[in-house]
Amino acid sequence: MNLTLHVWRQKNANDKGKMETYQAKDISDHMSFLEMLDVVNEQLADKDIDPIAFDHDCREGICGMCSLVVNGTPHGPERGTTVCQLHMRHFKDGDTIYIEPWRARAFPVQRDLIVDRSAFDRIMAAGGFVSVNTGGTPDANALPIPKKDADTAMDAAACIGCGACVAACKNASAMLFVSAKVSQFAYLPQGQAERKARVSNMLAQMQKEGFGNCTNFYECEAACPKEISVKFIAKMNREFMRAKVLKD
Amino acid sequence: MSTNAPPSFSNATVGKKILMAITGFLIIGFVIVHLVGNLQIFIGQHQLNVYAETLQNMGALKWAFRIALLVFFLVHIWKGIVLWLENRSARPVSYTKETNQESTLASRTMIYTGALIVFFVAYHISHFTLLDCHPEYQSLPLVDGRFDVYSMIILGFSEPLIAALYIIFVGLVAFHISHAFSSLFQTLGLTKPELLKRLRLFGALLAWLIFLAYASIPVAVLAKIITLPGGGH
Ligand code: HEM
Ligand code: FES
Repeated sequence: MNLTLHVWRQKNANDKGKMETYQAKDISDHMSFLEMLDVVNEQLADKDIDPIAFDHDCREGICGMCSLVVNGTPHGPERGTTVCQLHMRHFKDGDTIYIEPWRARAFPVQRDLIVDRSAFDRIMAAGGFVSVNTGGTPDANALPIPKKDADTAMDAAACIGCGACVAACKNASAMLFVSAKVSQFAYLPQGQAERKARVSNMLAQMQKEGFGNCTNFYECEAACPKEISVKFIAKMNREFMRAKVLKD
Repeated sequence: MSTNAPPSFSNATVGKKILMAITGFLIIGFVIVHLVGNLQIFIGQHQLNVYAETLQNMGALKWAFRIALLVFFLVHIWKGIVLWLENRSARPVSYTKETNQESTLASRTMIYTGALIVFFVAYHISHFTLLDCHPEYQSLPLVDGRFDVYSMIILGFSEPLIAALYIIFVGLVAFHISHAFSSLFQTLGLTKPELLKRLRLFGALLAWLIFLAYASIPVAVLAKIITLPGGGH
């Protein structure tokens, strides 16, 4: 199939950037969206045009590197799918596709479709961990965890930190990401020691990085390739109140 | 953990939201109580005037309510503006193409419906409470020794333009509430996925109910279903 692509091009962080139009020729519907871009980049190279820069790594939906807003939707039109796992069979010959980077003050564009997501690392460093002393390996099952809690924590831990929630949010808020990280520990016994400080500090870091505030649009849940539920945002709000009420 | 102390409750991202949710909830409570009070116009002149007089005679309690309501509004507006400004600056470059998958029009226009509500509330207070845009209401003859709120409202809504303004106003309030109702429960962490779905539906129903019930008063006056006691005007 042949497609018309409108792609964000930006030389570096200081460049203003603009949308450019390219024709993608002979695209197979078996290709993934990123493979389609690989082909387009070869076609651009033939014309001495710089290849389109985009983030990717595993290309199997687990690393969270790929990050394209396709026709206004982060990771494209398929629900619960990263853009690396999005197949071209979801498009038709002659389609026009808009490809843009994640848009957020806290995620500055570095080049074309690549944004700097180290703000997420700093949020994690502010509390997204459990401090343990080293020592012998604990016995498996020494720490009983109700199945329901383990499952809920696992659902939260499915977050791959791609940032689609921020890209989708009209407020560029990172609440879904932070809430998944806060919740995965809050449901587990290992997370209890740092529970209060974690929620306050991670939220404070989110705010400091310049992400917006949640106004319950629920766009994040719709865009999340791992279908993380906004119930974790409600959970984090409870965690926040709990931390404020149970002052040390 | 992090080196800087987290912001205070009222400046924290979730803290601000909780303040909006609590004040918003209390204002919704007021909107409903006020509606029930107003609907007494359908019972008749005597009922409404006695009700109005009772409220006016509450003295210190009346002022306590007024001040509390003012505080709720001020906190809600203040935090609402802060949220809006921060959220706008969180995305300096917007998308060329943007889609809406889950968000509703009501949720995306909260600041605009909110801002319009401020203007209408100001007009409403000056219209029916302070009477300064219609000083002639002050010279309405007393009925059984009471100020005749009943006739004042009918006179007010007999002007189609004013009636229309009020209908738009209650429409805006209802539209704001259609998102706000379920949103406040989510903010306060009181939801689960199934419950949230039901709260969203209920919020829409509540909004329609509030709109239709409030709008029924100017509509009834325009349609001459409720008329001045003497049949005049
Ligand atoms: C009849 C009057 C009003 C009622 C009943 C009301 C109620 C509410 C409620 C319950 C929320 C949801 C809070 C949450 O999600 O946690 C909300 C949100 C909001 N309100 Fe109001 N409000 C009213 C007037 C106003 C006014 C006058 C403004 C003026 C600026 C305003 C601005 C906002 C904004 C910007 C939001 C969205 C922020 C958010 O979702 O957190 N509201 N309102
Ligand atoms: S490239 Fe790893 S998730 Fe898409």
